[in-house]
Amino acid sequence: MESTAHLRPGTQFAAYRVQEKLREGGMALLYRVAAGDGGEAGLLKVPKLEFGSHPACYAGFEVEQMILGRLAGPHVPRLLASGESDFGPYLVMEEIAGKSLAEFAAAAPLPAAEVARLGVALASALHDLHRQEVVHHDLKPSHVILREDGRAALIDFGLAFHGHLPDLAEAESEKPLGTPAYISPEQIAGVRGDPRSDVFSLGVVLYLLATGRLPFGEPTGMGGLRRRLYFDPLPPRRIVADLPEWLQEIILHCLEVRADDRYATAAQVAHDLQHPDQVTLTERGRRRKRAGPLVAAKRWLAALSAEPPPRRAPTAHLALAPQVLVAIDTDSDSEPLFQALRDATRRIVGGERHWRVSCGSVLEPSLLTEQEDGAEIMRGLHMQRLVELHHWAQPLGLPQERLRFHVLEGRDVPARLIEYARASHADHIIIGARGSSGRRRLLGSVSSRVASEAPCTVTVVRVSHSAGMNTERADA
Amino acid sequence: MKIAVLADIHANLEALRACLAHATREGATQYVFLGDLVGYGADPVACLGLLADYAARGALLVRGNHDDAALGGLCETMNFVAREATYWTRAQLGGGERAFLAALPYTARRDDLLFVHADVNAPGKWNYITSSLQAGRCMDAAQATLTFAGHVHHPSLYFAAGSGVHHFQPVAGAPIPLTGRRRWLAIGGSVGQPRDGNNAAAYALYDEEQRTLKYFRVPYDHLSAARKILAAGLPERLALRLHRGE
Repeated sequence: MESTAHLRPGTQFAAYRVQEKLREGGMALLYRVAAGDGGEAGLLKVPKLEFGSHPACYAGFEVEQMILGRLAGPHVPRLLASGESDFGPYLVMEEIAGKSLAEFAAAAPLPAAEVARLGVALASALHDLHRQEVVHHDLKPSHVILREDGRAALIDFGLAFHGHLPDLAEAESEKPLGTPAYISPEQIAGVRGDPRSDVFSLGVVLYLLATGRLPFGEPTGMGGLRRRLYFDPLPPRRIVADLPEWLQEIILHCLEVRADDRYATAAQVAHDLQHPDQVTLTERGRRRKRAGPLVAAKRWLAALSAEPPPRRAPTAHLALAPQVLVAIDTDSDSEPLFQALRDATRRIVGGERHWRVSCGSVLEPSLLTEQEDGAEIMRGLHMQRLVELHHWAQPLGLPQERLRFHVLEGRDVPARLIEYARASHADHIIIGARGSSGRRRLLGSVSSRVASEAPCTVTVVRVSHSAGMNTERADA
Repeated sequence: MKIAVLADIHANLEALRACLAHATREGATQYVFLGDLVGYGADPVACLGLLADYAARGALLVRGNHDDAALGGLCETMNFVAREATYWTRAQLGGGERAFLAALPYTARRDDLLFVHADVNAPGKWNYITSSLQAGRCMDAAQATLTFAGHVHHPSLYFAAGSGVHHFQPVAGAPIPLTGRRRWLAIGGSVGQPRDGNNAAAYALYDEEQRTLKYFRVPYDHLSAARKILAAGLPERLALRLHRGE
């Protein structure tokens, strides 16, 4: 077998022609290649399998090959080919055009709005990965590429975990797997497969983008690594004085020591970064100093007696924290339908610990709002609609931090709802079906279009006929 | 080629037929039966008839401890229920069936795959592989990339890594890529007497081209299989076991 290090430009490799060597890392070599048959160009990755290479070099490659083959969508490179060649095992993947997040990080501290924009892209990419049963476990700026369309793509899956596949990465090492600056407390303890570990690393990335500093430095020994189990990072507002409280709240919420205290999903982080006005501020957001040695000592004691958490597949974690969107038309829906929507919401979120309910409503522009002072009128209608949504949700008696309210605007009501569901990574939409109103005959059914086009499960709520008759009788 | 590997059929015709039909739908073109073809269930003759057809068309079969016991000899290592079932099975088998069982080898090989009922280390000793240590010894003895075993009735996958042999609990229906640069030991679970709390029949399907392994669970008419066990006068516990899958 020839050594892979000698692949010179022009070398024919499987169905590809080598163009240039891009990188020689400790574990693998990366080349840009062109397809010989006019097919798609890509990146060729070959593990270093020379005499004396660490076995983990191959395991990391094997994991990436295995997991890339199971992933799809805009947030990961596509696997174009993989197999064995004369030079050993290889894989060819899509080369993602864009800018590495490391370049953005080099310019940190960035303005809060920019941190939020990048954070939304990254959190959305992570959630998409988690939904495909994969935890990245090595999230850091150099493993994220911002595509030109603003979406983020994740690369390097050598340490990743797939809930349905053997954990080959873990099997290769007795030491914690990950990059010391970004690794979560549970990863340090050897627990793998929890999507909230990536949420922690996301918190480290956000901290870095917002302040230009790493919250836990770059420890080299095990003692340095374990410090984050007991000691808080310096509050970001101490470094950047004008950093908004909501951003500190989000960052420190991601960096909670106990996974249960963090955001339950990356989708929730994305949602909060998109809607800072709706972030529930706690002590975390206002904190000016780290917790004292007493808290650290308590955490140390708690860590001693901590039970290992139950093992769950990544998607089983997500299932504990569904994002529910209730679409409410306060103009046309009737009181019995409001009640039925509340009943359905209670049934669906009942029993789940970390669910979130977004109450959404679409405001349609009318003749009135297109007049000269239309914007003013629209603002008034917007506020009125928001008040009505709060009024609808009040009887549910749900804790405030689990609820979100959104008034959307647009003529195409189903399209706006679906767009919002997509952006907020909704797992479930609850929407009312109106009877046979004249409006529905004229415009078609909103609920049926939402049901057929939504990216998630949709429950269409209808007031049962007998209930309607009862109401009539009561009225009579 | 896709190879269906079916272990521990235990004379359960309903489960066998359901798995074979499932494997055909999944595109299987080669079949391997990992022993314990008979014992416990009420249809040894019908099952062996069906398996003989598959053998005539190129299927591979290996011998299990219950196949061994059905041919005669003392069964002092077996528990009471297994012994009862063995005596009953012996009484059902004719010369043809006995000759078929007597011709079964302990192991079978196909390229880089090795098939065994219990443990390659000592195939006739019928050891149970229940730990990574035992799995490692079995893989060492097999000298194959991928070894298939039965006998333990619980679906499992073991693999060799830098830090030793590791165990993985497979998820039904999820394809697992098995690279050729490490050793694997796959235990597909039992067709005819599942014991992991799930009463659906279990088997594994290996895709040679893709090098992927899938574990399947196939629900079958376990009530009919249990009714036949009762009607045959076999111990009631064997019927109950199919219902509970334990």
